[in-house]
Amino acid sequence: MEWMVWTTPTAIFFSAIAAILAGMTAWELASPTIERKGFLPIATTRGDRLFIGLLCAAYIHLMVVGFTSLSLWLALGISILWLLILMRWG
Amino acid sequence: MNNKIYNNRAWWLILPMLLLVAFSAIIPLMTVVNYSVQDVFDANTRFFTGVEWFQATLNDPGLQAALVRQFAFSLTVLTIEVPLGIGIALLMPKKGWQASAILILVTMPLLIPWNVVGSIWQIFTRGDIGLMGWGLRELGYGYNITRSAVDAWGTIILMDVWHWTPLIALLCYSGLRSIPDAYYQAARIDRASRWAVFRYIQLPKLTNVLVIGILLRFMHSFMIYAEPFVLTGGGPGNSTTFLSQSLTTMAIGQQDLGPSAAFSLIYFLIILLVCWVFYTAIMNLQKDKQQDKGA
Amino acid sequence: MSNSIPTTPEAVRKQAAAADDRRRRQARPVSRQWRRRGLMTAYIVFVLLPVYWLLNMSFQSNSEILGSLTLWPQDFTLEHYAKIFSDSNWYMGYVNSIAYVLMNMLISLAVALPAAYAFSRYRFIGDKHLFFWLLTNLMAPPAVFLLPYFQLYYTVGLFDTHVAVALAHCLFNIPLAIWILEGFMSSVPKEIDETAFIDGYSFPRFFVKIFIPMISSGIGVTLFFLFMFSWVELLLASTLTATNAQPIGSVMTQTKGASGIDWGALSAAGVLTILPGIVVVYFVRNHIAKGFALGRT
Repeated sequence: MEWMVWTTPTAIFFSAIAAILAGMTAWELASPTIERKGFLPIATTRGDRLFIGLLCAAYIHLMVVGFTSLSLWLALGISILWLLILMRWG
Repeated sequence: MNNKIYNNRAWWLILPMLLLVAFSAIIPLMTVVNYSVQDVFDANTRFFTGVEWFQATLNDPGLQAALVRQFAFSLTVLTIEVPLGIGIALLMPKKGWQASAILILVTMPLLIPWNVVGSIWQIFTRGDIGLMGWGLRELGYGYNITRSAVDAWGTIILMDVWHWTPLIALLCYSGLRSIPDAYYQAARIDRASRWAVFRYIQLPKLTNVLVIGILLRFMHSFMIYAEPFVLTGGGPGNSTTFLSQSLTTMAIGQQDLGPSAAFSLIYFLIILLVCWVFYTAIMNLQKDKQQDKGA
Repeated sequence: MSNSIPTTPEAVRKQAAAADDRRRRQARPVSRQWRRRGLMTAYIVFVLLPVYWLLNMSFQSNSEILGSLTLWPQDFTLEHYAKIFSDSNWYMGYVNSIAYVLMNMLISLAVALPAAYAFSRYRFIGDKHLFFWLLTNLMAPPAVFLLPYFQLYYTVGLFDTHVAVALAHCLFNIPLAIWILEGFMSSVPKEIDETAFIDGYSFPRFFVKIFIPMISSGIGVTLFFLFMFSWVELLLASTLTATNAQPIGSVMTQTKGASGIDWGALSAAGVLTILPGIVVVYFVRNHIAKGFALGRT
């Protein structure tokens, strides 16, 4: 494991992703998702919206890091907010 | 295809594949993420740098230029190869020994190792010993891929067309062969024009293979490395340096683990987005079509 | 062909098709037929010309190559081929490449068959996302994974073995195999599975005895693509090997000597890398010509 050069932030990041996936699976088992159409141009399931949200989050972070001097926490905040909006109304 | 059974035990069939792919995909990907936030000298000497590498990579004019070149290259080869490949598939004979012979000849470039493709074209285009280089000079054109960026670009595109059009042609040929004869007979009875036959019988059958072909072509053209590396070495100047080559130079040549990992992740995110948009668009088109049929 | 009156429906159809063919050939303007042939020939010439040039070079001595440009070998020589076949460094390159390609084909197919079956027959939690995730592995540029792979295989002690390269190529070959096989499997009606299970076949027996023979041409096509992408890949293969399992592609870079590039040997080695591909296409040509419509329909 030493060669993988883990750091605390990346460990937290991957744990969070794993937790989200586990949570989504549990949720799916408890109440299966129904494909529906929200404000996105395509019909999506819960998992699709999560994926879109995560992909958006990645790009939001890149934009903030690369082209502004704003804090990363702000990017994280925007991403989470956007993810929640997507999950609820997307 | 909505008659699939809902059964979570199917996961057991997936499991061996999943373990194997996870071993070669997830573990390395995690490592790349770890690299990208650190300055790694060796296993014991490393510093946490946060997002510094991402910042540097996104603002590096050399890499931005490589990205633009990469998109220009991918779009150019796709616009040439897709129509050409369909055309060749339509021209290929359907029966007899000619069909087999031409199939083998057409497919041949696909099965040549990528660096050999580079070598073949290097030999073919050299001014002193290459047929094409020598021929163009005899015709009075001052062809030189080590000096002129236009020549280098033209040659790389020609090489890519030579190398990869067969993939589209092969997939389309197979798609065309799977159309039952009855369709054509019906079209003949209706006195359908050649264009109508193509538009309403052949093209719909080709959609699936074309999706695969275009996706594969996009992905591979986006990570093209060996051929231009051998042929032009990225030159003249940086005019044919594409993303993969910048990345490999950084990772292997300069051993800059941190920046090259950050670069890898950005590179991967771009491909992921483009392919996801394309894949979703196609899947939705197909779903709409099926719903139309069902209605 | 006889003109006797056909008796079976199959014969009627055949005769009608033949008559139809004749009529069509007569009806089609001759000029158009020639245009088709002309275009096809032009493309084939375009494909063959660089390959011919390579072949031409491989039969010339180095002094002839550099001396003057000749359209065919003036003094035909096999010295470059002799050199390759007498030097173990050279020919082991081919053996190594073929070894890891075959291993990769075997591993990929073995795990992709059940997985593709699951994708084509069942719905389960996360199936669509899993499928897309597999495709993303096809997109991952090998350059991204170079360094971690080196570390990973070094740590598990597989560095410089054929298995390492075979496993590394699984990254893109397994997803590709699943993608292709899934399309073929979906075109087999599900009633066949159900009937077999009612007849008392266990799943493994049904899979091996009934299902696999039914998609044999799909397996042929899949093997073709697996061969293709593993055989042509070099970046991963050369990074994960040093001397014992060095692929031919990286042996070829040694032709760059102190006195410039050994063009003749490079060409001969290039020609020899084309041959296995031709053999493979030859074997699968009928499967391809039979026609397949890939992808999820």
